Amino acid sequence: MLDAIQRQLLEEIAGLHKVPEGAYNIRANGATDSRKTTAHIDIVSKTDKSGIDIRIQDGTRGESVHIPVVLSESGLSETVYNDFYIGRDCDVTIVAGCGISNCGKQDSEHDGVHRFFIGENSRVRYVEKHYGTGDGEGKRILNPVTEVYQEKNSYAELEMTQIKGVDSTVRTTVAELAEGAQLIVKEALMTHGSQKAASIYTVHLNGEGSRTDVVSRSVARGDSAQSFEAAVIGNTRCRGHAECDAIIMDRARVIAVPRLEANHVDAQLIHEAAIGKIAGEQLIKLMSLGLTEAEAEEQIISGFLR
Amino acid sequence: MLELQHVSYRVREDQEDLTIIDDLDLTVEDGKFLVVTGPNGGGKSTLARLIMGIRPVTGGKILLNGEDITHLSVTERARRGISFAFQQPVRFKGIRVIDLLRLAVGHPVSVAVACGYLSRVGLCAKDYIYREVNDSLSGGELKRIEIATVLARGTACSLFDEPEAGIDIWSFQNLIKVFESIRETSRGTVMIISHQERILSIADEIVVIDGGKVVRQGPRDEVLPEILGTSSAQNAACSRLEQEG
Ligand SMILES: Nc1ncnc2c1ncn2[C@@H]1O[C@H](COP(=O)(O)OP(=O)(O)OP(=O)(O)O)[C@@H](O)[C@H]1O
Ligand SMILES: [Mg+2]
Repeated sequence: MLDAIQRQLLEEIAGLHKVPEGAYNIRANGATDSRKTTAHIDIVSKTDKSGIDIRIQDGTRGESVHIPVVLSESGLSETVYNDFYIGRDCDVTIVAGCGISNCGKQDSEHDGVHRFFIGENSRVRYVEKHYGTGDGEGKRILNPVTEVYQEKNSYAELEMTQIKGVDSTVRTTVAELAEGAQLIVKEALMTHGSQKAASIYTVHLNGEGSRTDVVSRSVARGDSAQSFEAAVIGNTRCRGHAECDAIIMDRARVIAVPRLEANHVDAQLIHEAAIGKIAGEQLIKLMSLGLTEAEAEEQIISGFLR
Repeated sequence: MLELQHVSYRVREDQEDLTIIDDLDLTVEDGKFLVVTGPNGGGKSTLARLIMGIRPVTGGKILLNGEDITHLSVTERARRGISFAFQQPVRFKGIRVIDLLRLAVGHPVSVAVACGYLSRVGLCAKDYIYREVNDSLSGGELKRIEIATVLARGTACSLFDEPEAGIDIWSFQNLIKVFESIRETSRGTVMIISHQERILSIADEIVVIDGGKVVRQGPRDEVLPEILGTSSAQNAACSRLEQEG
């Protein structure tokens, strides 16, 4: 049974007040808390290492899988391997996320390695939210690795959000797309205090007509540091777009490193990066509606990261 | 009532003192519909920014209903009942039209109420209410949303800087209706900066600003014929050129 802190974490990362509909696997402090499978979605624990295999049958449509992880013990460190095998012609939503509450002295760390094997013509929406809380000296560390292998004409949308409380994060995402496949990534990131965050994306457009759109929106406040690296590799006729848009505040630092690699004459690749502080006229407009400067700032940031 | 007493705005640029607003006096009575006009670069937008508090005056006083607001922040002036529709509205990534209208009203109103403001400025509400106020909006659409935020605030003193700019002629007529209805419903003050005869022609009072000074102020029936008859705005600009040349 989850305790109050764990339930609160669960609500933050997955918007869950009670057990979710559909299949789920809830992991708390390094062990499975509860699990449910459905007629089309099976979840089994790995035997060789920590983690689960999620198998979604061909033609599964309109179903969801929740696999939240909560850590409320200080000093816990784990690496978990979750593999998603998604059949053909599926349309599913996968909600993952990790919440760490560290009130102790020791660091807590969760490194989730997620691999997605997406079958032909399938659509997958993946929503991942990371959140940290607790006032201990121990750091809250999350290093997620996401690998996406997309078969012909599949579509994947990854929404990854980390807004609060994670001290150190390196998120690595690698994707390989076959013919006609499409990958959309929307990342929203905010760092504050002395937090550090790095995002590294590598998308291989291997199949004819494959497409990707990687968009990162981030806000760096306080003394925090962020870096965003996006590599889009076009090996055939394809389209790739990567965008990094950052608001920088206080004494923060932001690095954006674009990398486009075209290995084919019909690879169309674009990269856009912009880093800047909040525009003064945006603050003034909202202040002229009666908001204080701090309220205006919060509205601008929360809109930007929406 | 809004009163400007000996208001000046000077800036230093390239080791030269520029006087943009020059010892300007202006009183706008409650319930008055005032249109400010004059040549480009005359100081109209600067004056509106001084009233809203976006720029600090370098001399003189601004009073709102007798209270000295000269040193109040933009936020404080807004809360005392001043609103301002910018000449060039600001765009925001991620903030939607509904969010902006709710911020303007000051409390979370229903979608239906928010849509009402959009309809008044001639935007089909359902197409716009959930759109972001970002680069994807056209200039005219953005301008109307800007006007809607001022309508939504419903304050006693509303400033509009060239509200007609970029708005197509079919919608222009409706915009005039919007201002007429503001005049009927608000017992407050409406100040519109405009170069449009049709907006000038619904004013109670017209103020002509040139070279940072009020060069003419009076009832519409007196001032408008002078401006149209002598094309004074043009002449004012030419006379300045002549002086400079
Ligand atoms: N901060 C500043 N520094 C230097 N010059 C300024 C500054 N602010 C305004 N000006 C100048 O003051 C003059 C008045 O500008 P303002 O925008 O108020 O004119 P306006 O009457 O609104 O003109 P328009 O009809 O073209 O909108 C212009 O010549 C402008 O370049
Ligand atoms: Mg102007």
